[in-house]
Amino acid sequence: MDFDFDVIQRSIPYLWKGFQYTVQLTAISALGGIVFGTLLALARLSSIKPLYLAAASYVNLMRSIPLVLVIFWFFFLVPLILQAVTGAERPPQVGAERTAIITFIMFEAAYFAEIMRAGIQSISKGQVGAAYALGLTYGQSMRLVVLPQAFRNMLPVLLTQTIILFQDTSLVYVISATDFLGAAAKIGQRDGRLVEMYTFVAVAYFVISFTLSYFVKILQKQIAVIR
Amino acid sequence: MNYNWNWGVFFEELPGGEERYWEILVNGVGWTLAVSAFAWIIALVLGSAIGTIRTTPNRLLVSLGNAWVELFRNVPLLVQLFLWYFVVPEVSAPLKAWVVQAEPSHVQFMMAVIGLGLFTSARVAEQVRAGIQSLPRGQRAAGMALGLTTPQTYRYVLLPMAFRIIIPPLTSETMNLIKNSSVALTIGLAELTFRAREMGEYTFSFFEAFTAATLIYVAIAMTANRVMALVERRVAVPGFIAGGAK
Repeated sequence: MDFDFDVIQRSIPYLWKGFQYTVQLTAISALGGIVFGTLLALARLSSIKPLYLAAASYVNLMRSIPLVLVIFWFFFLVPLILQAVTGAERPPQVGAERTAIITFIMFEAAYFAEIMRAGIQSISKGQVGAAYALGLTYGQSMRLVVLPQAFRNMLPVLLTQTIILFQDTSLVYVISATDFLGAAAKIGQRDGRLVEMYTFVAVAYFVISFTLSYFVKILQKQIAVIR
Repeated sequence: MNYNWNWGVFFEELPGGEERYWEILVNGVGWTLAVSAFAWIIALVLGSAIGTIRTTPNRLLVSLGNAWVELFRNVPLLVQLFLWYFVVPEVSAPLKAWVVQAEPSHVQFMMAVIGLGLFTSARVAEQVRAGIQSLPRGQRAAGMALGLTTPQTYRYVLLPMAFRIIIPPLTSETMNLIKNSSVALTIGLAELTFRAREMGEYTFSFFEAFTAATLIYVAIAMTANRVMALVERRVAVPGFIAGGAK
């Protein structure tokens, strides 16, 4: 078998475009997921029963079905929802790339919510008590006292989840979005060079994820010292 | 929202006329469970072995175990499945010879089992290592003091407790494995999600098909959860937190 390095070199610009989309998707979904996930966590810890039940059901449902199935759900659901919201006559063309962003924010929020819930619960009750004693409202005590500490305690876990998210974004392949893997697959299929393209993608993913997890480990040690 | 629900679609026949839609979904569930079961065996056996050697005093074995875990954790599952399905047969001539003449579904099944099994083995290895390391140091010393060899200490002292401790995280890994088996649709394996999408494409009743698949996955996850909880209670050692609390 002859390994053709040239096909990789020739397709670097196209692969780079795909890779940029992968990074963009990861970053937006991580940020959106953490924001929405924190809200879900607060709802889940709330004493208002309907709010708690809604958040808990959402998180449990998302966590018990495969991501691939969630991607399919949203791929067909998002245009219909947008049509209902905007009142358009036909479902708008959203495109796989933009649908994927919405899907991943909604899906990852469930996982980030569980992390943030653990983070909020790791803060001692006395902190909340002290905040209320100072006359802070619920919103203020969460925003100024509890959440900053929860974020700091959970930062390594949030980053680890983001690395998993980075790898999971490759699943947008199933709706033919052109992410890093999608770009490689398209060239590989066109040129009959799947072996080279998939090997290259695997090595690239490995190097990036391995390096990122290494830095997360260092960060984890440093945070452990501060505490 | 403008969507016409048609729940009768499950009892309609496929274009071929041989099967009805609910039957292909059931067939998909069979593949999902079969892939998950075989992959789970590989993951548990390999994961236990690799997790264990990562706690031994032997530096070489520890590095080997660490390398295994890093390798399988840092490449996306989908890419790993593509490597097994598209790349490995091109590199190995005897495997290629088998792939060319074998039934496609057999090849897809085998590669999915290997890919998912090895991917999950790295995760299981992490849990096993954590379980062993969570035991008090005195346990290993006590085993040694009794005159047991290192393998005996593992077999009779450390592993029996470690496995009981890690049943809850193993439960979530089992459920992850079942969910991850849906990724095998990318190499053409006709498991549950594949069948749900297929049904959607034939009938345009996407949401009915996805609802059915969602409910089935939730049911499988709940069953797996109950089974593992039962195992946890059955093997609990009285007086220890690991399962004895209830």
